[in-house]
Amino acid sequence: MSCAQTIADYALRSIGIGERLLPKSDITLCEQVVLIGSGMIWNVYFGALAVIAGFFFATALAVAKAGHNRWLATPAQWFIFLFRGTPLFIQFFFAYEAFVLLPKLGVDINLGFGTITAETRWLTKAWAGALFVLFLNTSAYSAEIFYGALRAVPQGDVEAADAYGMGGFARFRRIIWPTLLRLAWPSYTNEAIFLFHATTLVFFSSFPAWRQKGDALYYANYLAEKTFNPFISYPIAAGYFILLTLVIIFAFSLVNRRLNRHVAPEKRTRLKFRPQLIR
Amino acid sequence: MEFCAEPSTLTGPAWWACYLTTPTHFSFYLSFGTVLALILLAVPVILALGFAGAFARRSAFLPLKLVGQAYTSMVRGVPDIVFFMFVPIALDQAFEAIRHVAICPDTGQPIYQGNDFVVCDAAKLPLGDAAQWVHQGYGFLLALIAFAIVFGAFAANTIDGALTAVPKNQLETASAYGMTPRQVLWRVHLPQMWRYALPGLSNLWMILVKATPLLFLLGVEDIVYWAGALGASKTSFYDFPHPDWRIWYFGFLLIFYLGLTWVSEKVFARLNLYFAKGQASHGSRREPVMAQ
Repeated sequence: MSCAQTIADYALRSIGIGERLLPKSDITLCEQVVLIGSGMIWNVYFGALAVIAGFFFATALAVAKAGHNRWLATPAQWFIFLFRGTPLFIQFFFAYEAFVLLPKLGVDINLGFGTITAETRWLTKAWAGALFVLFLNTSAYSAEIFYGALRAVPQGDVEAADAYGMGGFARFRRIIWPTLLRLAWPSYTNEAIFLFHATTLVFFSSFPAWRQKGDALYYANYLAEKTFNPFISYPIAAGYFILLTLVIIFAFSLVNRRLNRHVAPEKRTRLKFRPQLIR
Repeated sequence: MEFCAEPSTLTGPAWWACYLTTPTHFSFYLSFGTVLALILLAVPVILALGFAGAFARRSAFLPLKLVGQAYTSMVRGVPDIVFFMFVPIALDQAFEAIRHVAICPDTGQPIYQGNDFVVCDAAKLPLGDAAQWVHQGYGFLLALIAFAIVFGAFAANTIDGALTAVPKNQLETASAYGMTPRQVLWRVHLPQMWRYALPGLSNLWMILVKATPLLFLLGVEDIVYWAGALGASKTSFYDFPHPDWRIWYFGFLLIFYLGLTWVSEKVFARLNLYFAKGQASHGSRREPVMAQ
């Protein structure tokens, strides 16, 4: 079988398009590269959506934690402590069991003038359930980064805004937030990278890979088991992740440049990839 | 008659007392020991590998420097779980291949036969007839090595950074007093390094603690395994039938880890103050930690 045929069969296998049966014997290098690459679709899907949605929630959490309203600050603090203090791996297990326990058919919500039925079944599927957990997790980690940066915003900037008569949301939107992002961006880049790395946990936690539609590591593991040779499939998966990491660093460095465009060159925040592991 | 002999007749607190003291529950409790053992055994190895990697990277001898750099940059960009999947199986095959060549070199067959990895029976690790605990112990050992290699690389990064962060004039002053390079290292450089290494190392500790459930992926019967096994719904065929309680068991694990994190934070806050003693740096005072 030619490599072009393999690409046609397996390039979109992870989302259910193409050949249904996975290769079982005489697995070629081409099949390994294509299949693991196909799995990367899931890693990018989980990572990208969780980071984008998490960004906004994290900002809200950071502001809530730094604010004076105790009814907002305490829950935000607890949320961050809960998700940063426990392993993501166990969070996946716990969330999956919780989602399974939700009523199979849905939850009836009484609106007074009638009831609507909220469908809960899809939460037990990885595409929704795991995404939800990753979203909450990255929100907590990012919120801690944003919170630290929020406290590091120079007091002079804020006082200047006050002197101009700027207050409330305008002051936050135009003075505090840009500086917060600028200060937080290097750390936030790391968080994004590690969130993408953490997506490999999804199919190794309790979310089942439905019809063998899995992520890159799922296929790498499958191929290593089938060939009894870990020295090919895992390095392929590692290679894909190095590429993905480089893409993320590039994209975030563009944002970093924009955030720093008004700052004197020697004071700019630099993107530095500081390694950190699993959460 | 024994108290727990007839579980079906028990109710209320007595049922719970018997349920929570079944042999399988004791395996569950013991597996918390497995997790703590992994952490405590891994820490010295991680620090040793960290120092080795850091000093290799700073070495003037080029090949050693390259090895150090390759080791410390290895973990960047690649999810650590890939390493956790890869290292144990790669090590296992390496050990078996070496033993195969050493013990039965004359089978005349290649180790890789198509899609199979074949070594002679005498070279298998652990041996086919070994006891169950040997299999478990061997799996634990491979996991320990995998953890040590990955986290050692991270520790090397941290220690290297801390060694660089010690103010140059401290070291220059020391040699101006006539200390040999070795004395400078042991009396000035290393003692001062800890203060700079500690934030990174405490971060690493937190991450190590939170990475321990990955033992489960490596086939070790750890707390995740037992929580899943004990929580699964038990039909009336079992002594203690109950519906699916996994959510409670995993919830308990979450609390366990939260407690561990909380205690660690307290300990590191203390250590931080201890190592900052006598150093004229901004951080000797308690300061809010910026970001992660």
